[in-house]
Amino acid sequence: MAIDKGCELFDCGHRACGGCGASLAARLLLKAAGPETIVVSSTGCMEVFSTPYPETAWKVPWIHSLFENAAAVASGIEAALKIQGRKEKVVVIAGDGATFDIGMLCISGAFERGHDITYICYDNEAYMNTGIQRSGATPYDASTTTSPAGKVSTGNRRPKKDMPRILAAHGAPYVATASVAYPADFMQKVEKAINTPGPSYVQVHAPCCTGWGFDGSKTIAIGKLAIETGLWVNYEMVDGEVTKVKRVVRKPVEEYLQEQKRFRHLFKPVTLTAEIAKIQAIADANAARYGIDIKLPPRSGAEAA
Amino acid sequence: MALNVGCTAPPGRARENRTGSWRVFLPRFDHEACSKCGMCQLICPEGCISETADREFVPDYDYCKGCGLCAEECPKHAITMVQEEK
Ligand SMILES: Cc1ncc(C[n+]2csc(CCOP(=O)(O)OP(=O)(O)O)c2C)c(N)n1
Ligand code: SF4
Ligand code: SF4
Ligand code: SF4
Ligand SMILES: [Mg+2]
Repeated sequence: MAIDKGCELFDCGHRACGGCGASLAARLLLKAAGPETIVVSSTGCMEVFSTPYPETAWKVPWIHSLFENAAAVASGIEAALKIQGRKEKVVVIAGDGATFDIGMLCISGAFERGHDITYICYDNEAYMNTGIQRSGATPYDASTTTSPAGKVSTGNRRPKKDMPRILAAHGAPYVATASVAYPADFMQKVEKAINTPGPSYVQVHAPCCTGWGFDGSKTIAIGKLAIETGLWVNYEMVDGEVTKVKRVVRKPVEEYLQEQKRFRHLFKPVTLTAEIAKIQAIADANAARYGIDIKLPPRSGAEAA
Repeated sequence: MALNVGCTAPPGRARENRTGSWRVFLPRFDHEACSKCGMCQLICPEGCISETADREFVPDYDYCKGCGLCAEECPKHAITMVQEEK
């Protein structure tokens, strides 16, 4: 199926914040998936902004599950379609809270049973719809309403959970990470996931201007910085093996962190050098693990780093 | 309100919600400077930019929220955000 740049199956009039990365993810997802798709959404920003009753921005069949059971609802739809010999594709689009935290049980079950579904997590790295609470996807040191930075804390104490590996460990034939900052790459991955028989998973980084604290015009710039600093890695895994990685000439993590209010406490009132070094170490570990670094030939007169 | 099986809504009914009224800044397109790359159309979170028959990229101001993403990402700097006149 070729990607049709013209068709809009996710329509205007939705109530997402201006510049919302998740709303861009929804649009791109349907451009890639096409009209023969049934979408399941868990409770969260996307469900709320796209379907305040009696409105809907979706122009494909769409169902709201509970917060926790989108994968189970999708499993049931897939099983019913199969028995009727129908060919529609079943796609879940769910937030990181719904995916990394409360939905884990249902996702694990769906993947273990091997349903032919595509599960897409739009990762805005917290529970945005209920007021920016931390989730298992919140990065280290991000300030949220349940991991507030202040006198006794530098923000979220735990690193981001490695959800893609957990699903790869279930034997998922196709697992990928993507970003709304690279729309063509995301759409290709959605197409591939949908056309891979069995359960597949795509985790798309969806910068959230409201929850992260930046201007909505910068959603793509912020998404690119996450990748350029090594704090988000775009890769593909086929049958558990990493087959493709986006390589970059890496920038220091400060360039990403200082653009967002959720990390402002790392720079004001004083620069927390030791904390920033810990975040740099996370990026360095990602770089080593996925081999993302493009090594530039040394320039004459340039200092060796 | 009588509801039988859950709640349903006709596809795309969100169009009744004219989000253009949210706008504080408005994107102005310079069609001369535009290279027709299609980037703005691809990345607009509202999906409100379309290409006309004479190949001009134009936003639908009924829905454009004025987020400024298109202006930020246009490789030709052909889009400028200007204060909305109300
Ligand atoms: C069982 C249950 N617990 C809590 C809630 C309240 N709730 C609704 S959406 C949400 C957070 C959603 O977070 P996420 O999945 O990351 O989506 P986001 O809003 O960030 O897009 C919560 C806690 C709920 N609807 N159901
Ligand atoms: S809070 Fe974030 S995810 Fe939710 S609609 Fe606004 S920008 Fe999008
Ligand atoms: S992004 Fe800029 S150059 Fe490209 S089509 Fe839009 S206005 Fe034209
Ligand atoms: S300002 Fe935002 S909503 Fe308006 S056309 Fe540009 S990208 Fe779309
Ligand atoms: Mg979230």
